[in-house]
Amino acid sequence: MKVTKDLVAASATPMVLGILADGESYGYAILRRINELSGGELDWTEGLLYPLLHRLERLGHVESSWQSVPGERRRKYYRITTSGLAELAEQRRQWDTVVNALKEIWVGPDGGRRSAAFPLAGPA
Amino acid sequence: MTAMDGQDGLEAQFTQWRHYVQRRPELQPSDAEELEDHLRGSVDQLVAAGLRADEAFLVAVKRLGGLDDLSREFAREHSDRLWKQLVLTGGTTDPATDTRSRRDLVAMVSCAAGAAVSIKVPELFGMSLEQDAGFYAANFALFALPWLAAFLAWRRRARPALIGVLLALFALGAVAANAYPLADDSQSLVLTSIHLPIALWFVVGLAYVAGDLRSSRRRMDFIRFTGECFVYFVLIALGGGVLMAFMFGTFEAIGIEPEGFISQWLVPSGVVAAVVVAGWLVEAKQSVVENIAPVLTRLFTPLFTAVLLAFLVALGWTSAGIDVEREALILFDLLLVVVLGLLLYSISARDPLAPPGLFDKLQLALVLSALVIDVLVLGEITQRITEYGTTPNKAAALGENVILLANLAWSAWLMLGFARRRTPFAALERWQTGYLPVYAGWAWIVVLVLPPLFDYL
Repeated sequence: MKVTKDLVAASATPMVLGILADGESYGYAILRRINELSGGELDWTEGLLYPLLHRLERLGHVESSWQSVPGERRRKYYRITTSGLAELAEQRRQWDTVVNALKEIWVGPDGGRRSAAFPLAGPA
Repeated sequence: MTAMDGQDGLEAQFTQWRHYVQRRPELQPSDAEELEDHLRGSVDQLVAAGLRADEAFLVAVKRLGGLDDLSREFAREHSDRLWKQLVLTGGTTDPATDTRSRRDLVAMVSCAAGAAVSIKVPELFGMSLEQDAGFYAANFALFALPWLAAFLAWRRRARPALIGVLLALFALGAVAANAYPLADDSQSLVLTSIHLPIALWFVVGLAYVAGDLRSSRRRMDFIRFTGECFVYFVLIALGGGVLMAFMFGTFEAIGIEPEGFISQWLVPSGVVAAVVVAGWLVEAKQSVVENIAPVLTRLFTPLFTAVLLAFLVALGWTSAGIDVEREALILFDLLLVVVLGLLLYSISARDPLAPPGLFDKLQLALVLSALVIDVLVLGEITQRITEYGTTPNKAAALGENVILLANLAWSAWLMLGFARRRTPFAALERWQTGYLPVYAGWAWIVVLVLPPLFDYL
């Protein structure tokens, strides 16, 4: 199963901001981390990630800097800013709303299965 | 294959990939570097998983996605980059380019300032713009063009021999403008004022091609430079006009008359400095924006063709013949020069390998009608010269008409051959670039030979 393009695009910003909230990182590592977290189901391309990082930087949600760690290549690292943290909190509220609503529909308030749809797997 | 070979081969592939990426206008050097780091990370992982280096590279590039898609995504985020930026406004990430453009800027400002100051120098010797209009008219180019040539020579790191030649030619121009005893109302003075800038512009061309005179490509570059320089100069002049209008209005509103400052300082110094600035702008922007002169050419070639054909039809209809007054004579010469300019700039912008198309036929019609007009004018001038004798004006006009006639006739022949796919386009290009010295030679003759020949009339 592959997640549809629309859904990938909609969830991209909170995912990147969320990963950067754990500490600064660079493009390739972010892509690996997303792949890992989704068990390979989220099909991100570089054409999605890098323009997104640049947009977040333009909006002031992340900052970037070129760093050379000894023994490694010069790399562009991204770090989340205060405004990025606020944006992440906001996106999280919105996603919680969506996820909770979907849970209500699919699982029902009493925890029983109400519809023929697949139940949510794992924590939302 | 040893591990070393694999590593070297891989580096070569990375280099190739980098060149490929850098050709994309949407991707800046820092993006390319970021993406390369990504690619390297991906390759490292694949190699660790057991792939050979070259296999890993192929897979990693494939995963990175088509460069077209990638560029499109970058373009969507950075649409400003497609509006190519002027190097001057900064923001390049390449320090070498930065230093270079800053040094260019300093050189340009020095030359422009030099030009602006030099035009005020004669005042130290008691000259003034109002009373010595003749002197300034004849010498105007000498205050601007040597500075532009100096900037270009500096940029091209001209050899001392070339600098010597440039200095000698400008000195010769100064002699031509000032050594002859020309009255303020003489025909020769007007001719010198028109032809000396042309003659000196070719000296600037010498600095532009940096002594590489025989190269047809370099000459074509100089033609492009000329057109763009003119366009920028006009734009700067328009901006200058707006500046002056505001200056005039605002200062007058507080009771200060800026008129003297504007006409004595701002206009003369501004014009000569603007020549240098325009030249610098062309140099700074040549790889950054599309050229505008060829675009104007495309726009105006059909219009000029229509006007010329209409004129010829009307001429045949009324069967009046051209009655050449002095002003009309100059007008027709200018018209032919414009036609030649249209021809030159469409040649300069054309892909030499493209097959002949409708536009080329249109241009052939333009050249042919110009040719007919040239012949008519030429007939009229010769008739007048045999009737009333010759003057410097008529001699200069005659020479120009003959020169243009020769150029247009041979151009028409080459274009006809090209339209019929008999002659390669390059022949036309070579003909036009090879003809440049003829214009330069004639301009110098008018400036140097005609005045004594006609007894400084």
